Amino acid sequence: MQPELTAELSTIGQRSSFRRTWAYVWKQRTLYLMLLLPLAWYAIFRYLPLYGLVIAFKDFNPLDGILGSPWADPWYKHFRTFFSSPVFGQLLANTIIISTLKIIFGTVPPLVLALLLNECRAAWFRRIIQTLSYMPHFLSWVIIYGILLALLSQTSGLINRWIVEAGGRPIPFLTSPSYFRQIVVLSDVWQNLGWGAIIYLAAISGIDPTLYDAGRVDGAGRLALIRHVTLPGVRNVFILLLLLRIGYILDAGFEQIYILYNPQVYRVADILDTWVFRTGLEQQNYSLAAAVGLFKSLIGMAMVLMANRLAKRWEGSIW
Amino acid sequence: MVRGINDRFFDGLVYLVLAAVGLAALFPVLYVVSVSLTPFSEVLKNGGYVVIPTVLTFDAYREFLSRPEIPRALMVTITITVVGTIVNLVLTTLIAYPLSKRYLPGRHTLLLLIVFTLLFNGGIIPTYLVVKQTGILNTIWAMIIPNAIWTTNVLIMKTFFEQLPEELFESARIDGASEWRVLWQITLPLSVPMFLTVGLFYAVSHWNEFYQALLYVTDRNLQPLQMVIRGILRQSQQIENPENLVPTPTLQMAAVVLASLPVIIVYPFLQRHFTKGVLLGSIKG
Repeated sequence: MQPELTAELSTIGQRSSFRRTWAYVWKQRTLYLMLLLPLAWYAIFRYLPLYGLVIAFKDFNPLDGILGSPWADPWYKHFRTFFSSPVFGQLLANTIIISTLKIIFGTVPPLVLALLLNECRAAWFRRIIQTLSYMPHFLSWVIIYGILLALLSQTSGLINRWIVEAGGRPIPFLTSPSYFRQIVVLSDVWQNLGWGAIIYLAAISGIDPTLYDAGRVDGAGRLALIRHVTLPGVRNVFILLLLLRIGYILDAGFEQIYILYNPQVYRVADILDTWVFRTGLEQQNYSLAAAVGLFKSLIGMAMVLMANRLAKRWEGSIW
Repeated sequence: MVRGINDRFFDGLVYLVLAAVGLAALFPVLYVVSVSLTPFSEVLKNGGYVVIPTVLTFDAYREFLSRPEIPRALMVTITITVVGTIVNLVLTTLIAYPLSKRYLPGRHTLLLLIVFTLLFNGGIIPTYLVVKQTGILNTIWAMIIPNAIWTTNVLIMKTFFEQLPEELFESARIDGASEWRVLWQITLPLSVPMFLTVGLFYAVSHWNEFYQALLYVTDRNLQPLQMVIRGILRQSQQIENPENLVPTPTLQMAAVVLASLPVIIVYPFLQRHFTKGVLLGSIKG
């Protein structure tokens, strides 16, 4: 294939004849045919919604449709409503606080776990711990909510039972604003700790073993080897993952929050996505919700592009 | 090599912390199982749930399975898992295979268009309006089609296909095989482990389906298992429930155990493939 292909491409380049190009494209028609259905899907479910974003600048009414609905007056009406509303600051703060806590506790502990697994000499023990720690990754948030109820429920939860037995008063963990964020972050760590370690373990296994030998010859102990060989070996992966997560900082985890929260904790739990969902689909305030969604998407894109640009300084791009 | 006291201490610490991690992952799950098996008499005797009950009963499971909405919810979940995963794999293959061909004119542009969807999206509301417009709201398809292709999985597949030696395909083409045959008879058999990985990612997401059901399905008869279980979990947590022999928390935990059972049983056998998928995905596309 290769020589034939290059020959073909170079003839295209030299003569730049429309017919030759067309003949080459026509030869690949089966491949284009395969693409037809998936590309149609992308057009409908990923690109059409971008057009639907115009409702952020309209007073959308489902009966009139996207085209028929009147333009908002002024065009930034919904944005103004949102930015001047007291919920704006609170939603943004909740989103960023929850996200940041998740980033901190979602990147460092998996790295530590990977280091420990790497230091574990007994392969069987290591395998057991790996299997156990990956498992929660596959449990849904509804299931994890159930587990949290079993442990934290005010009336029947295990922790509260222990508290009562120790002479204390039961704490309504899941409906209390002072505990909610901790529960969100902790359950996120529980779900993803082991899973997050996989990629670091792979990076560690890619480290040249002669580096360790050289270190040992120089009299380095195990801690010194971790510090001077293993950690530098995973540095790039760590920074890339960190940047990627910072890029998606406005995605604080809709499904998790929606399943775990309740009106008592909205003050500390309500994030941009959950608010958009309630405002748009439950209260049918489509245009306002779409405006907030657009705001989030724009900031999100800028963040990801920035993260990607930063990442390029360290070994290549995110994609 | 003589191992010093420091080294021993370090090893001990490693084992200790790792054991704690393992226990932290396992204990909550075991406790949930134990609650689901605790008879009411034990709850009364101990004044609540204990970690290890002395008597066990399957009453909660019997009661859970005899609820009228459960078989229906189970059917919905099984249907979207099976049909959904097939749709996912077919569509993802049909886009990843052509895009893995470096000689395909326009490949770069198409890739950009696809990766752009990871960067910027219409958001919840405009996507909802599109899904509504397609007329699939409140059908089984509403939980399958709107998320039929994951761009990350397209990139995983594409990267995998690119690693296969092109000479293999070329010789088949010279023998007169069509591109469909090359895909079906040469590429697919070589890609079984990758298909297993990507298929499992999709299947688990369908089994755990919640998001699309929340947005696009209001018909109670079409609610998947996770949705129904959330409803059960939202009931009062009071233990004293004079009418029922099975207290609500016991029933709730039986529901949790049954809904996670398939994943927990299947998972250890497939763990290797899952972890492979993470690494495939981390190779940049």
